[in-house]
Amino acid sequence: MIKVTNLKKSFGNHEVLKDINVDVKPQEVVVVIGPSGSGKSTFLRCINMLETITDGKVYIENVDITDEKTNINKIRTEVGMVFQHFNLFSHKTVLENIMLAPLKVRKLEKEKTRLKAIELLRKVGLADKANAYPNSLSGGQKQRVAIARALAMVPKILLFDEPTSALDPEMVGEVLEVMKKLAREGMTMVVVTHEMGFAREVGDRVIFMDEGYIVEENTPNELFGGPRHQRTKAFLSKVL
Amino acid sequence: MDFRFEIIKEYAPYLVQGTAYTIGLSLAGIFIGTFLGLFIGLGKMMKNKFLSWPFICYIAFFRGTPLFVQILLIHFGLVPLFTGETNPILAAILALSLNSAAYIAEIFRAGVQSIDKGQMEGARSLGLTHVQAMRYVILPQATKRMIPPLGNEFIVLIKESSIAAIIAAPELMYWSRAEAGQYFRVWEPYLTAALIYLILTLSLSLVLNLLERKLATE
Repeated sequence: MIKVTNLKKSFGNHEVLKDINVDVKPQEVVVVIGPSGSGKSTFLRCINMLETITDGKVYIENVDITDEKTNINKIRTEVGMVFQHFNLFSHKTVLENIMLAPLKVRKLEKEKTRLKAIELLRKVGLADKANAYPNSLSGGQKQRVAIARALAMVPKILLFDEPTSALDPEMVGEVLEVMKKLAREGMTMVVVTHEMGFAREVGDRVIFMDEGYIVEENTPNELFGGPRHQRTKAFLSKVL
Repeated sequence: MDFRFEIIKEYAPYLVQGTAYTIGLSLAGIFIGTFLGLFIGLGKMMKNKFLSWPFICYIAFFRGTPLFVQILLIHFGLVPLFTGETNPILAAILALSLNSAAYIAEIFRAGVQSIDKGQMEGARSLGLTHVQAMRYVILPQATKRMIPPLGNEFIVLIKESSIAAIIAAPELMYWSRAEAGQYFRVWEPYLTAALIYLILTLSLSLVLNLLERKLATE
């Protein structure tokens, strides 16, 4: 479903990603962990071309998205993204946030889109906040709206970029609950996170990144139970 | 100090006409300047350096030289060059519009760039094109932030329209100076002019305050 080969990314002279190769199967939940500055967020942002790719290839359902002829906007409708800082549109209500892309990009009918949006809000437990503005919501609520907004495009893949890192501790649970629900429903997900509990419980595979390389990848049990590399051990001993 | 109201009374019809011209010049400057300013601001924001360069030069020139110099260049140089004769009204409108456009371009650019870059990324990640993201997400938020500095610029524009007096555009300051010259008086003509400008600028800021309050959602 996602295939990344020899991906490299530099910011100026600083090489952030050095030869990344990843394959994500349909319905798989891949969790990416690693110390800050390891390149895990950059890797995620390359999957929907929010970062320009320096070298290598990224395929989404066998379409090479690094090809100039590929319509990246079309690809992005299939690859939803949830950000650390939510990025909700602050001048629009919760409902308008969710409806904007289906209306303007998919050109769907308004009433149907509205009903679908309300259904999604119910799914993330925020049906009563439909007409609220993002600024009046808590962090956890904002992030759940952001997930609903991404789901409104009916994406085949969801990317999560540290979705709970900007939340107060007591809000983390409600967002992880929604993500677990999506995983159970069979959504293909790539999740960059520091939530090791989530990685262990929900992840089909865990990737440990450090200094722009994938150091180790394995099932959660194997990786957390018996890390093979020294750097993985060192990292896990600090966070677990 | 005696204050001769009869001078003001005598000049009243000219002051009314002059005020009308002042309002007209200012409005023309505001509308043409805003339209041009948006265009120039967008031009300056273009990533391609060769394309944005002319816009950068434009802003540098019109912000970096006095309006006084600009209005003389346009009145005695530019307008006769194209029409074969001088035309103070046209020259005044041109100078005010071109000058304010440079400031408005910068207000516009600052407004757009003040919007958190996450808003653009959020929109693009949903499949919106750059133009759609600008139109539905960035510009509505930027516009709200642009109102206070734009209001400031419009007030400056009303006051600066008085410079048109020196090319004999028949606006408020032109008639006030005529009044002062005819009677060798200072207080009557210039205090009257000051009061009229004050009414104009205060009315405008009142309207802008109302608009700002109406658009506030945060």
